[in-house]
Amino acid sequence: MRFLRQTFVICQKDLRAELRSKEALNASLAFSVVILLLFSFAFDPTAEQTREISGGLLWLVFAFAGALILNRSFARELANDCLDALVASPVPGSALFLGKAIANFVLLLAIEFICLPVFGVFYNVRWTTHLGALTLILVLGTWGLTVIGTMFSALTVNLRLRELMLPVLCYPIMIPCLLPAIQLSTVVIAGQPLGPDMMEGLRLLVGFDVIFTVLALALVETVLIG
Amino acid sequence: MSAVTVDHVWKFYGDFPALRDIAFQVEPGQVLALLGRNGAGKTTLLRIMAGLSRATRGKVRLFGSDCRDSANRARIGVLGHGIAVYDELSANENLQLFGRLYGLPDPAGAARQWLERTGLDRAGEARVREFSRGMRQRLAVARAFLHNPSLLLLDEPFTALDDRAIAVLQEVIRRAKREQRTLIMSTHQLREALELATHVALINRGRLAFYGERTEEMVQDPAWLYRHYGEA
Repeated sequence: MRFLRQTFVICQKDLRAELRSKEALNASLAFSVVILLLFSFAFDPTAEQTREISGGLLWLVFAFAGALILNRSFARELANDCLDALVASPVPGSALFLGKAIANFVLLLAIEFICLPVFGVFYNVRWTTHLGALTLILVLGTWGLTVIGTMFSALTVNLRLRELMLPVLCYPIMIPCLLPAIQLSTVVIAGQPLGPDMMEGLRLLVGFDVIFTVLALALVETVLIG
Repeated sequence: MSAVTVDHVWKFYGDFPALRDIAFQVEPGQVLALLGRNGAGKTTLLRIMAGLSRATRGKVRLFGSDCRDSANRARIGVLGHGIAVYDELSANENLQLFGRLYGLPDPAGAARQWLERTGLDRAGEARVREFSRGMRQRLAVARAFLHNPSLLLLDEPFTALDDRAIAVLQEVIRRAKREQRTLIMSTHQLREALELATHVALINRGRLAFYGERTEEMVQDPAWLYRHYGEA
C-alpha cells in the first residue's frame, strides 16, 4: 500500500511539474505535428499507400516524440539536486521508477491521441473504425516505449551527452516492441479487425511489456546509486 | 547501538582512492564536525552515509543496519549542496510532497509548521521559481528537517547562505542538538562548527587523520587541528 502511495505521489508530482512548465510537452507535441505535416506535404500517397504506411509513420513519430518526454524524466531531477533528495528518502527506487514511468506514459499517450486526429485529417484516413483495438495497441506499445525510455533516462541522467545517448541506447531495444505495434496499427487503421492471426503480435507486445517492466523494477535501484 | 558505524570504507573513482580505510563510530546525540580541505573526501563520505553512493570496500551502518534500509532512510535528513526542491511547485507543495514521501501522518500540518518556522508562511503558495536565493535556502532547511530526522547529514550547510538563512539553520541545529539528535556536518567554517560539535573528524586526502572529542583548545584555536594533523 505504501509503495503504491509513493508511486502515486511521484507520478502526481511529475505530471504537475510538467503541466506547469510544459517544457517537454510543448516540444514533443510541436515535433509530432510538424513531422506529420511535413510527411503529408513531402509525399502524396494514394489511399492504399497511406493505409500501408500508417502504422510505421505513426509509431516513428511517437517514438521520436517520446524521446523528448523521456529525456526530461530524470533530467528534471538534476536541477537543485532533487534526485539526491528522492534517493535519500524512504521511497524505493522501484516506486520512483514506476511513478515516473506512469507519468511519462500518460503524457505520451496524450500526445498520441492529439496526433491521431491530425493524422486523420492530413492523410484522409478514418482511424476511428476500430478505436478499441487501436487504443489497446497504443496502450501496450506506449507502455513498452515508456518503460525502456524511463529506465535509460535514469541510466543516462548523469551523462553529458544524455540527449544523444538516450535514443542511441533505447531504439535498438525498442524494436521488438515497435515491430508488432506498427504491424497491428496498420491492420487496424486499414479498417480490419484484430483477427486470430494478429494475436501473436499482441502476445509479443504484452510479453515485452511484462519482461521489461519486471527487469526495470528489479534493476533501477542499482542504476540510481553510483 | 551506534548511530553511525563507518567500517573501513574505501571509495575509488576509477583508480583514484577518494576514501582510504575510514573507520569510526558516532554515538546517538553526538555532533560530529567533519573537517578537511577541498577534495579531502568529506562529501564522498557523507554521500555514502546518506545511501547516495556505494562504498567500494567496507560498509556504513546506521543504527545497526545497512544505510540503504528503508527504515534508516526515514530517519535521516540530508542537506547537501543543492536545495533539492522543485521550482515548478510552491513552497507548500514541495514540503507536502516530501512529507507524503516520508509517510508523515499530517503532511499539510508539518508543512505549515515548517513554513512558519523558516519565515516562509506568507510565501507558502508562491512557486519556488519566484523565490529569492535566501528564501530557497530556508525552504531547503525546512525540507531537510521536515520529518524530524534522528540523524542529520549536513554538507557545507552554511556555505553561501544569507544572514537570515544562517540564523534559521543555526536555530534548528541548536534545537536538534538539545533534542539529542545525531548530527554530522562537513564544513569549512571551523569556528562555528567547533562551537557546535562534540566530536571532530579530520580527513586528509581520503584518510582519517584525526577522530576524537572536541577540546577547548580546538575552539580557542581552530587552526590547531590542521597544524597537528593536517597536511603541512
